[in-house]
Amino acid sequence: MAVLIDQLSSVRPRRSPPSFIWLIGILIAALMAIPLIYLLIRAAQADADAWRDLTRSSTLRLLKNTVFMALAVTGGSAALALPMAWLTTRTDLSLRRFWSVVTVLPLVVPSYVGALAFVAAVGPRGSLQQALAPLGVDSLPDLRGFEGAWLVLTLFTYPYLLLVLRAGLRSMDPAMEEASRALGVGPWHTFWRVVVPQLRVPLAAGSLLVALYVLSDFGAVSILRFDTFTRAIFVQFQSSFDRAAGAVFSLTLVALVVGVIGLEASIRARGRYHGLGATQRHRRIVRLGRWRWPSIFFLALTALISLGLPVAVLSEWLTRGSDGGNAFHGAWTAAWHSLSVSAVAGFVALAASIPVAILAVRHRSVWSLLIERISYFGFALPGIVVALALVFFSLQVIPGFYQTWFVLVFAYVVLFLPTSIGAVRSALVRIQPNMEEAARGLGHSPSWVTATVTLPLVAPGLVAGFALVFLTTMKELPATLLLAPIEYDTLAAEVWRAADEAFFAQAAAPALLLIGMAAVPMAVIVGRENLRE
Amino acid sequence: MSTVTDPPANSPPTPALRCEGLRKEFGPIAAVADLDLELEPGEILGVLGPSGCGKTTALRLIAGFERPDSGRISIGGTVVSDDHTMLPPERRRVGKVFQDYALFPHLSVAGNVAYGLAPPAPGLTAKLSTLIGGLMAGVGLRRFTKDPSHDERVREVLDLVELSYAATRYPHELSGGEAQRVALARALAPAPHLILLDEPFSNLDAALRGSVRQQVRAIIQRAGASAVFVTHDQDEAFGLADRVAVMRRGCIEQTGDAAELYQYPANRFVAGFVGDATFLPGRIDAGDLQTELGALPLGATAAGLADGTAVDVMVRPESVELAASDDPHAARVLSREYYGHDQVLAVELSSGSVVRVRLGPGLSYDRDDRVILSLRNAPAVFEHNVD
Repeated sequence: MAVLIDQLSSVRPRRSPPSFIWLIGILIAALMAIPLIYLLIRAAQADADAWRDLTRSSTLRLLKNTVFMALAVTGGSAALALPMAWLTTRTDLSLRRFWSVVTVLPLVVPSYVGALAFVAAVGPRGSLQQALAPLGVDSLPDLRGFEGAWLVLTLFTYPYLLLVLRAGLRSMDPAMEEASRALGVGPWHTFWRVVVPQLRVPLAAGSLLVALYVLSDFGAVSILRFDTFTRAIFVQFQSSFDRAAGAVFSLTLVALVVGVIGLEASIRARGRYHGLGATQRHRRIVRLGRWRWPSIFFLALTALISLGLPVAVLSEWLTRGSDGGNAFHGAWTAAWHSLSVSAVAGFVALAASIPVAILAVRHRSVWSLLIERISYFGFALPGIVVALALVFFSLQVIPGFYQTWFVLVFAYVVLFLPTSIGAVRSALVRIQPNMEEAARGLGHSPSWVTATVTLPLVAPGLVAGFALVFLTTMKELPATLLLAPIEYDTLAAEVWRAADEAFFAQAAAPALLLIGMAAVPMAVIVGRENLRE
Repeated sequence: MSTVTDPPANSPPTPALRCEGLRKEFGPIAAVADLDLELEPGEILGVLGPSGCGKTTALRLIAGFERPDSGRISIGGTVVSDDHTMLPPERRRVGKVFQDYALFPHLSVAGNVAYGLAPPAPGLTAKLSTLIGGLMAGVGLRRFTKDPSHDERVREVLDLVELSYAATRYPHELSGGEAQRVALARALAPAPHLILLDEPFSNLDAALRGSVRQQVRAIIQRAGASAVFVTHDQDEAFGLADRVAVMRRGCIEQTGDAAELYQYPANRFVAGFVGDATFLPGRIDAGDLQTELGALPLGATAAGLADGTAVDVMVRPESVELAASDDPHAARVLSREYYGHDQVLAVELSSGSVVRVRLGPGLSYDRDDRVILSLRNAPAVFEHNVD
């Protein structure tokens, strides 16, 4: 590790990186490519029947469901996130700091926990019905299916879009809005004609994150009884264990994901007009005036439904379901499992992303670019797909490893390495080599310069990368369900089992612990966002 | 004073910097080609040249960030780089001020200045505490880092650059001029043999440049340091340096003080690059210089040029005198730029060549006036088509 960290710095004049960095990079890329390549091989071996399954009407219906859901959730998230981003960065909203934290907090609630709370609260015989029973309400309409899944997914994925939009709004040159106003265009039209078009790139990038989440979501749609491709793959796996068919379906899902990524890339290619580096300029704050209370109402209502509701429902179950201490009995072990496996995944992903980021930033070439791209494969692979590929791969190629810790951590790293590389890379890019040369010129050896200048400057990126991987690993469900060693229950798996068996009260303790533990890395991420303000 | 350490009275002092035959190629291009340079102790040398002339590479060679292909560099009498030697940057005792300052964003002003003072402290505990302090600062926990603003040398250097009030500030809280002085203080703190400055004022407002330049000059002189700076800006070179070396295509074309370069440029490139000049064709003929402006006396630069040689005649705007003329075929005033302290006229000769003429502030000629030009003194000439 120390030798590796030494390579972060550019102070050693060298034309080519040492071979061990290349070796590690190639090894990482090779490992990251395993799931996809294995799927391709499997699918190639599939017989005609498996492919014919794809064109069955039930499959096409699944495809339609999945695409519609992705579109609807993305649209809903944009409708929520766009006003929120603007309110929390550009207006005189009271308690703006508070709202800017609260609006991204739903990220700590896994969507399946949200779905569970939703069913319990507003289901036909949920808490709301019971509260309304004295008024003669016997049953509420069943919101499960498309509407319910749409609402829940929107409420728990919009923060991805919000974070990206906010960063976009912050880096936008306010002079353009001023120019528009000076040309006689009012604030409302300025927002739509100047601000929103410039947000096209962040809007596309954030929408991509939301759409990818929806495509790979398994827990929420299952609880809310809405059939998507991801759910179908899981059900198919559990019922038939048919490798070829699983591979064919997985590849179809991957194709869908790649299509979405391509769409985003084409939007990005057409819209290269931001990042003018004018963030230092004074930013005008819009007075909300009579819109102040409606704005606060909008933010408070969203927070109430996406944060208040799950926490309230879970707390109620906890107090009602059992006698205090007992509820947490099994949950503590699961919490320890979640914590340790997420921390290990975070560290391994970080360690793997350092050489990849070094190659990509400090030694740009076709080969380093290739290594970087391959390391990003996980971004396009839904959790269920990686899990399935690794189940089959470990059973067939390395039987001793099936349902061991190694494969589980490996799956997490494949899935979340892109996040971690992104964080390390952007921190590394920001360091001018000048800074390291300056330190060297002041009489310090390369290693000392790396330790005292380079490392402190990339440290925030390392921390953020770790926090992001930790958070997403903690919430991950499908890969955890398929790959976790027997008897190695994590919080996510406990919540799922309770929900699956409809023992909702048993889900309360692990779900609350999960939210509480996810809040820690979330605080790190939000803190960094505020630091940049 | 001890007689043992005194140098013999007649021997010149050891130069602060000496470069001999320095060469550095990047692929097929020689960024620095057989560069010779010498700097006396306490001297400030400006290297002036157009962008891409190799001046920044020259600085990087001297600082030790690049290895020369051939040649020798000595700093303060010690060879730091030749065919057998390549001292790493940290052992050359050279301070460098970067164009964008390259201040460490995670360290305070005092921390930046102190960075070069403390060589990694011996002992594991001291090293670890520095490391942990740096990491803390990096992730924003600055309260837990050691504040070096009490160190004597840090205080002394910050006093020198008149920034004592900013010791606990962070780089993002500084103005451009302040950041510039912090960068200088950081470079000066370890008392280096030599200070290198890369385009030191290019990131400053034009209005600020003049005053910061004088401050920087005063600071370097007070510190008794020797300095080399590179720039593409003639005002900057003349305003800051004791001596200026004009560089082109990796070579020094001419070295001298400002007046020397301006009045007696060694070649046409230097003449055109340093200051404003118009070149007119001329020919040497029987001890005279035949030009469109009539027969002119031959100056020192014409020595050694044979009769009949075609030359370029350098006409500086302020060396021209004008007289009104009634001749409709005489030279014509094309335009006038009025600056207050002086004015510059563009005058078109009958051949179509345009000569720039600088006059005092009194208005005397308008557009389309006919004028006769004469030169105050013998102009410098350069053999035509020879660079």
